[in-house]
Amino acid sequence: MKVLVAVKRVVDYNVKVRAKGDGSDVDLNNVKMAINPFCEIAVEEAVRLKEAGVATEVIAVSVGEKPCQEQIRTALALGADRGIHVETEGRIEPLVIAKLLKGVVEKEQPQLVILGKQSIDGDNNQTGQMLGALTNMPQGTFASEIKVEGDKLNVVREVDGGLQTISLTLPAIVTTDLRLNEPRYASLPNIMKAKKKQLDVFSPADLGVEITQPHYPVAGRAAGRAPGGDQG
Amino acid sequence: MSTLVIAEHDNSGLKPATLNAVTAAQALGADIDILVAGAGCAAVGEEAAKIAGIGKVLVADNAVYEHQLAENVSLLIAEVAAGYDNVVAPATTNGKNIMPRVAALLDVAQVSDVIAVESADTFKRPIYAGNVIATVQSSDARKVITVRTTAFDAAAAEGGSASVEAVSAVHDAGLSSFVGEEVAVSDRPELTAAPVVISGGRGMQNGDNFKLLEGIADKLGAAIGASRAAVDAGFVPNDMQVGQTGKIVAPDLYIAVGISGAIQHLAGMKDSKVIVAINKDEDAPIFQVADYGLVADLFDALPQLESAL
Repeated sequence: MKVLVAVKRVVDYNVKVRAKGDGSDVDLNNVKMAINPFCEIAVEEAVRLKEAGVATEVIAVSVGEKPCQEQIRTALALGADRGIHVETEGRIEPLVIAKLLKGVVEKEQPQLVILGKQSIDGDNNQTGQMLGALTNMPQGTFASEIKVEGDKLNVVREVDGGLQTISLTLPAIVTTDLRLNEPRYASLPNIMKAKKKQLDVFSPADLGVEITQPHYPVAGRAAGRAPGGDQG
Repeated sequence: MSTLVIAEHDNSGLKPATLNAVTAAQALGADIDILVAGAGCAAVGEEAAKIAGIGKVLVADNAVYEHQLAENVSLLIAEVAAGYDNVVAPATTNGKNIMPRVAALLDVAQVSDVIAVESADTFKRPIYAGNVIATVQSSDARKVITVRTTAFDAAAAEGGSASVEAVSAVHDAGLSSFVGEEVAVSDRPELTAAPVVISGGRGMQNGDNFKLLEGIADKLGAAIGASRAAVDAGFVPNDMQVGQTGKIVAPDLYIAVGISGAIQHLAGMKDSKVIVAINKDEDAPIFQVADYGLVADLFDALPQLESAL
C-alpha cells in the first residue's frame, strides 16, 4: 500500500510571531522555520505503517516555495522513501493546496493520504477535508488511532466529549491529532541518507491547477491579554 | 441575502453552540434559516424553530445522517447551500470536520474560526495561536464560515416561531460507516460552555493528582481542563486539552493550576473574564496574563482552597 504524507513548512512553535508594523502581514523575517508538528505526527504514522509491513512506500509531499524542500528532507530523514515538491509562490490558501494535492494523488494513486489536522500558522484545519471532497475519498479527521483491516480503515477520532470510531473504505484520508503517536528524532546517518533520496519538483501547471487569488488579511494586529481582561 | 446555519445537535436536543453560530449569522445582516441534519431529530427541529429571528428550519431526517458522517452530510449541505449566500457552522469538532468538505464541494474558500464579523464579507480570525488577529475579506460569491462559539453570545433560544420544513434529499456516499463511540460521562458542565474552568498542567505530576481539582470543581460547578503538557504526558485524555489545538474556552473564571502558560495554552483561554493562576514558579509566564496569582505549591494550595470553599 502506497502512503502519501503532506508536510508543511511553518514557523517553529517556539517563536512568538508578531504582526508587521503596517499590519499588512506577519513578520517572518529571520525566524526559525520547522515542519508543522501535526505533519511530523503524520510522517511518523506513515513510517510506522511501513515498518509494520502495511505500507510499501511512503511519499512526502509539500506545497510551497523552494525552502520547503528542507521540510521534505526532514520527512525523508524520518523514514519517508521519496519526496515531491509542488513549487508555488507567495501565500496560498487551503483550497488551492488541496487542489494541488489532488493532482499529486491522481499521479501517485496512494491508498492512504495522511495530513496534519491543522498547521500552527494559519490554524485553518481545512486541507485534509477539502482534499477528501475533491478526490471523493472518505476522511478520518483528528485521528488518535488508525488500523488497516482488509480494504477498510478503522479510525478512532478525537471529538468533543470523547472518542468516535468510524470505518472508511480505502483509499482514504486521515488527519492527525496529538495522541496518534510520538514522533521519533531523525538520526544523523538518516539525515545524511535523506539528502540522496529522490525529490521531484512539479509546478501547479504540471498538475493542471490554476492558482487563484488568495483572500488577503487586510490588516493584522497583535493580540494579547493584560490582567483585567484588556484586549489589545 | 440569506444565511444557512448548520445546527449542532445529538439527534435529541440542540447544542448551545448553535445559538452562538446564530448570533454570528445575525451579524451578516441576512435572513437566517437553520438546517438540522440527523436521524430521529424532529425534536431538534422544533427546538430550533423557537430560536428568535429564524425564518425557517429545514430538517433532513434520515439514517444516513445519524452520526454526522462528513461524507454524507457535506453532500447534503452543499446541495441545500445552493439557495443561500452564506453557510455558517460553529467551529466544534463536528463543524471543523464537515465544513471544509462543503466549501471544497462549492469550490470556495472557508473562513475558519471567525471571532468577529466586520461586514458581510470581512471577518476577523486568530492565526499563529492567536498571536495575531487577521482580518480576512472574502471575495467568494458564497461564504462558508465556522465561528468560534466563545466569541459570540448565545441567541435567544425562545421567542421565535419559524416554520419547519422537511428536506427529502438522501445522500449516502457509501464511503464511511459509524462503528462506535466512547463518550466521556461526566456530571460536570461541558468544558466549552462552563462558567468556571479549572485546569491542571504538567505541575500536577500525574493523572491521579487531578482528583485534587475534582473536589474544587464540584464545589464551583466547574469543568476540568488541562494543558497540552498534561495531555502529552498521559495524565488526562485529549478532550480535556485547552489551547490552540484543543478547546477554546472563555469562562467567567479560569483557574490555571501548575500550568506554566505557554502561548499555545494562552490561545485557548486568554479571553476568560477572570484568570487565576497557581504556580510555584513565580517567573511562570501564566502570571503575566493572570488577574490573580498565587505563588505556591499546588499540593498545599489546592486542599486549602477546597476546604475554604
